[in-house]
Amino acid sequence: MTAPARPGLAARPYLAALRARFYLTLQYRAAALAGLTTQCWWGVMKILVLAAFYRGAPHQPMSLGQAVGYTWLGQAFLVMLPWNADPDVVEMVRSGAVAYERLRPVDTYAYWYVRALAWMAARVLPRAVPMFLIAAVVLPLTGLGAWSLPPPPDWPAAVLFTISIICAALLSTAMVQLVTGVVVATLSAKGANAIAPALSNILSGGIVPLLLFPAWMRLGLFLQPFAGLVDIPFRIYLGQLAGAGAAAGIGLQLAWTAVLVLVGRGFLAHSLERLQVQGG
Amino acid sequence: MNALRLYGRYAAASIAGQMQYPGAFALTAVAQFANTFVGFAGVWALFARFGHIGGWSLGEIALFYGAISMAFAIADALSRGFDVFGQEFVKTGNFDRLLLRPRATSLQLAGYEVRLASLGRLSQGAVVLAVGIWLAPIRWSLGDATLLAWAVAGGVAMFYGLLILQATLSFWTVESLEVVNIVTYGGVEAGQYPLDIYARWFRDLMMFVVPIGCVGYLPLTAILGRPNVFGAPAWAAAASPLVGWAFLGAALVIWGAGVRRYTSTGS
Repeated sequence: MTAPARPGLAARPYLAALRARFYLTLQYRAAALAGLTTQCWWGVMKILVLAAFYRGAPHQPMSLGQAVGYTWLGQAFLVMLPWNADPDVVEMVRSGAVAYERLRPVDTYAYWYVRALAWMAARVLPRAVPMFLIAAVVLPLTGLGAWSLPPPPDWPAAVLFTISIICAALLSTAMVQLVTGVVVATLSAKGANAIAPALSNILSGGIVPLLLFPAWMRLGLFLQPFAGLVDIPFRIYLGQLAGAGAAAGIGLQLAWTAVLVLVGRGFLAHSLERLQVQGG
Repeated sequence: MNALRLYGRYAAASIAGQMQYPGAFALTAVAQFANTFVGFAGVWALFARFGHIGGWSLGEIALFYGAISMAFAIADALSRGFDVFGQEFVKTGNFDRLLLRPRATSLQLAGYEVRLASLGRLSQGAVVLAVGIWLAPIRWSLGDATLLAWAVAGGVAMFYGLLILQATLSFWTVESLEVVNIVTYGGVEAGQYPLDIYARWFRDLMMFVVPIGCVGYLPLTAILGRPNVFGAPAWAAAASPLVGWAFLGAALVIWGAGVRRYTSTGS
């Protein structure tokens, strides 16, 4: 590949891939609407169970109100968990079209990374925005303020949350890329898609907020990579991680992203090296 | 050939087919086991912190959780044909072929596939149920065990009825409606806890609209010797899984009405 003539030119194919995939995925509005209904319902059920637990023992490291807010945030950003390998890449690997990807004069890892990032962003936004409106605006207006998503306690929390949720998307995409590497190595999405969702769901705080796990597990749960997907941004939103705590959280997110990108890049390069494409 | 033998042939063919790809089947089953297992790990974490929920212990919850999970896993394994009905039969027009055969459409769809991957959820439910049986603070009698099996059987019937109703909707909407999952998967999730922990409106919904309570909450409170929030006497609680079978019967009647109004998409 020749050196770019102008600075910024090198980024163009990646930005184009990002934009194209984002708009394509946005087209599936009916799926998003069905998803929203399901997400609201599951949010209600999770909150009913949490409320029942809190009635027996209300004094916890996280108040019921915070747990409710955490649950709604979880529903809003549900599709941001690294559930699956990028389905387009899976299909390319299956059909052999992956050979064309190798011909493009771009870095395959970076190219697939931005595609996966766009795919994720376009699925998150149409679900997260209405979910926010329902949980943070409609619920208080209908007199269900106690069950709503409260606003962040102050401006720094809101700003830090925005940074942290973007970091969560970058981290999650790095995890998706690892799963994609497994798909390329094994030529099937089944194995990797089997375990990754379960692991990320429980360890990220997607099932139970990490603070509600037994106290002796707390430090370990904070340091492991999946906390950066859900628990760290949400606790920053709720004002539970502020100042140095928030900085540490965001630092962890970035550090894990860097580690996973390095590992994922090496792994993908290795898998692609050994990939044999039959005919076509 | 009678219906039962025909169904046996369908099932044997489906299982033989899936065993051609043992790796794929094993991985899907492992995935189901892992996904449901982390769900219960979450329940364990909440109990480790809160101690109890509405006066119920982890052992008792395991009983509710295991019974409902097993019932759903069995219904899910046997109802694949109804699950994919919109996409695979209505949209494509393949249902026309089923109508030409001199057998009930419900039988043919029931025999469409016996989904072995459901063993993942089934085994997870069985493990949790075993934990519940071991931890529950009662002495098990033969009557209790029979009632437990009777409740699970009623649960299978009720979930099967729900899945048939979901398929019936496709006669009107062509595509399967994913939103209906909120009563199937949502019902499993809700039934994993005793209904008295929930707010009144939700509890009534899960009892009188979708009769999850009749196949989980009521018979299990009877086994545990606890009063139920609906004030049903013990004999009625023990008999309540019958409602699951009645629900299945009603679903089959509605299915018949749907079949009669079916017009092919012509594809």
